[in-house]
Amino acid sequence: MVGRAVTARELILGRLRAALAEPGTAPAEVPRDYRSAGSVAVDLDVLVHRLTDYRAAVHRCAEADVARIVDEVLGHRRVVVPPGLPRHWLPDSVTAVPDDNLTAERIAAVDGVVTAAAVAVAETGTIVLDAAPDQGRRIITLLPDVHVCVLRADQVVATVPDALARVDPHRPLTWISGPSATSDIELNRVEGVHGPRDLHVIITT
Amino acid sequence: MTRSFLGMPATAPPGVGHLRGAEPFPAAARRALSDAQLRRNLGHATTTIRTKSAAVVGEVPDWPQLRAAGRAIKSDTMARLPELLEQLEAAVTAAGGTVHWAADAVEANRIVTDLVREAGADRVMKVKSMATQEIGLNEALEAAGIEPVETDLAELIVQLGDDRPSHILVPAIHRNRAEIREIFLRAMPGVDPALTDEPAALAAAARRHLRETFLSTRVAVSGANFAVAESGTLAVVESEGNGRMCLTLPETLITVMGIEKVIPTWRDLEVFLQLLPRASTGERMNPYTSMWTGVTPGDGPQAFHLVLLDNGRSAVLADPVGREALHCIRCSACLNVCPVYERTGGHAYGSVYPGPIGAVLSPQLTGVADNASLPFASSLCGACYDACPVMIDIPSILVHLRSQAPHPRAEAAAMAAAAYTMDHPALYAAAQRAAKLSRLAGPRGRGLPPPLSGWAASRDLPQPPPRSFRQWWAER
Amino acid sequence: MRVALFVTCLADTLFPQAAMATVRLLERLGHQVVFPEDQTCCGQMHINTGYPDDALRLVRRHVRVFGRYDVVVAPSGSCVGSVRHQHAMVARRAGDERLASRADEIAGRTYELSEFLVDVLGVTDVGAYYPHRVTYHPTCHSLRMLRVGDRPLRLLREVRGLELVELPQAEQCCGFGGTFALKNADTSTAMLADKMRNVLATRADVCTAGDASCLMHIGGGLSRLRAGVRTVHLAEILANTEADPAGERHAAARATPPTGGAR
Repeated sequence: MVGRAVTARELILGRLRAALAEPGTAPAEVPRDYRSAGSVAVDLDVLVHRLTDYRAAVHRCAEADVARIVDEVLGHRRVVVPPGLPRHWLPDSVTAVPDDNLTAERIAAVDGVVTAAAVAVAETGTIVLDAAPDQGRRIITLLPDVHVCVLRADQVVATVPDALARVDPHRPLTWISGPSATSDIELNRVEGVHGPRDLHVIITT
Repeated sequence: MTRSFLGMPATAPPGVGHLRGAEPFPAAARRALSDAQLRRNLGHATTTIRTKSAAVVGEVPDWPQLRAAGRAIKSDTMARLPELLEQLEAAVTAAGGTVHWAADAVEANRIVTDLVREAGADRVMKVKSMATQEIGLNEALEAAGIEPVETDLAELIVQLGDDRPSHILVPAIHRNRAEIREIFLRAMPGVDPALTDEPAALAAAARRHLRETFLSTRVAVSGANFAVAESGTLAVVESEGNGRMCLTLPETLITVMGIEKVIPTWRDLEVFLQLLPRASTGERMNPYTSMWTGVTPGDGPQAFHLVLLDNGRSAVLADPVGREALHCIRCSACLNVCPVYERTGGHAYGSVYPGPIGAVLSPQLTGVADNASLPFASSLCGACYDACPVMIDIPSILVHLRSQAPHPRAEAAAMAAAAYTMDHPALYAAAQRAAKLSRLAGPRGRGLPPPLSGWAASRDLPQPPPRSFRQWWAER
Repeated sequence: MRVALFVTCLADTLFPQAAMATVRLLERLGHQVVFPEDQTCCGQMHINTGYPDDALRLVRRHVRVFGRYDVVVAPSGSCVGSVRHQHAMVARRAGDERLASRADEIAGRTYELSEFLVDVLGVTDVGAYYPHRVTYHPTCHSLRMLRVGDRPLRLLREVRGLELVELPQAEQCCGFGGTFALKNADTSTAMLADKMRNVLATRADVCTAGDASCLMHIGGGLSRLRAGVRTVHLAEILANTEADPAGERHAAARATPPTGGAR
């Protein structure tokens, strides 16, 4: 092998294999006696508490009343709309800006965004978006300052393991727990940095 | 050169990156200890986060089981690291990403610099990343005429303040709100001169300052919290949304990741996504977690490069005791509970990895001789082990590394002599009778040589008893 | 029960009153105490300072000396912690698997004093009398290596005349850490200062703990401050009775700061 250039890949893998040549490095069994997917009952009140605790605004209503809530939050303002959003969620009072590959600048210039969600975790107050047509590209929930997310009660799961079991790793996933925040100043949580400063969650039953 | 030689585990090279301090820990700590403002800032911040974390950890009924699972997943990962990295590479490549391997900091910096140049960019935006701090990427980019912009609030505070990070999670933990306001007023272009020191106002100032950068920068550099071997999924856990900006808006995304960040399966995330936020920021879940697998047509960056970094990790892996330090998920819980860190702050550790985990990781990445004082920068109180969400036995690794550190010759001789004496009870008893240390030196230890004089500077030496226990027993 | 006293080098040499109190207490409770005179030091200082090779001979000695006893008791969480969590490791590191397994066996029957009283003997009221205001510092190794939990507090709550006051931030390290206090004297001093502030805030007369080493550290600092608070080993409090205040007399004599002669 003398004289042949060794790639970094070969070099690193060779180093790692040499490092593991020491005895006592057998693969380990992983004990999974923690609360796994399906082991905890869903409690919507827990979700509401956890969302509220992290300064998200929570609304509970019938599916038919979504437009009324959106009107309260975003009435008379410009709203980005993902391509697959149910149109009856939008009141006449908002100016819908459909996302047909809008530029970042145009998205940043609108007031809010309305999306659906893929799944929500009650225990952590987390909403997961998976870029399905009713949620749209990741960018549209990032630049506008108000995000209204509509969640069906049957999309709520109890725990993080439940949520991971439901989503597809090959889709871009965004896990959202409350509005943008930082703990960088004296380790106190402050809401509102780069992402939306207002998060509204509408839970439909 | 033969392959077997090339294949030996190697430590991180000197002269690049930020793993080695300029002075030993005790000297750096002494300066930090004399800074009363720093002590107050650190005391306030670490107390706050300890309380928050304890509360949300207490909410989880299966916390011990999650910790045990986290530890086992990491042990398993280390035992299978080569195959998992190959699996990750294949999955990322299949999903449209490009994987690069960097043996050390120099190589990683070159790879990133070349990629930025190929993208035709002269500025990159960065998500907070320990790996890129470790390799000194910002300095390398600047040397190549590329401007790196830190977008994490604390990193921005550090960058604008021409400062060094002092905490894994909150690099500006050593600054309070008043100091941050001063830095912004001094160094942030176009800042409102009426800026107050309210944290919300400071955060809003950062939002305005960085918005244009997010919208116009074509290349971003990130780290990674997790990389799933079986799916090729990368995960970045953050709070502010700057991570989402960097991972979503640019044309090209370059992720630099230590090779130990790989985890075997998608399901394994269910353990770490519960452990990390609660141990780290003391939240049930951090505001934003982004996960992506390669490239998604029409959504987010259309070019994705993953740089797998060794830079001493293979050397850590080679030590069956020390390799547990590679289990670290960078939550910084050990810093927040450490009585030494709380008083000295992060700069005293020299390396970008401060606190208890830094004291075991940095010396192993560089070789113990290059960070010889760090394994001793602990009272071995064990609070770090209890706080660690993946149960890294930091005290035992510290003790293990102390045996590898170069010892002062006089100390080694004294230790050998003491062991010899203690292995001979008659000599030992005689030494006890002779050892009227404080009678010789006085209670303030004025006659003592260092290091005993250091101890006696602020404590009285115990008065030697009239007789030892064994004398009492013998006379009983 | 026949109990072998593992005295620890520090108590033997500098704090014999803690060891003597342990003997008086166990004998008062009706047990036979033996003192294997060939014992010296468990080697913890060597291990924790990075000298496991030097420590090996001390581990070997400890195993040889204590191997023949059914029960070993020490008035120290730290030294029992070393026996339990380090001795076998030192032996294995040296490739001596036989020594390691013997060390593990001995570790299994070695107890810190409060563990022995509460878990093995099943007593919390040891008949002690100690009419003082006392605060308890849980030493790091007893707390986190041995997990003695509230055992010492349960023992102290049963002591007649004793007023127990809670120590703020009790679980914070006092800053001793063996040679840490020498190698990082400034940081150690800063930690000690906070510990002393908390001790003084309790307005206790006595600060107690299960380790002579930490008490030496805290006591050395308090003495320098002329704070008027004494440090007394848990064994001394538990050994003290109305009928036999020997421990108390001894403690009072010791409580005079080491500088007492000059006052």
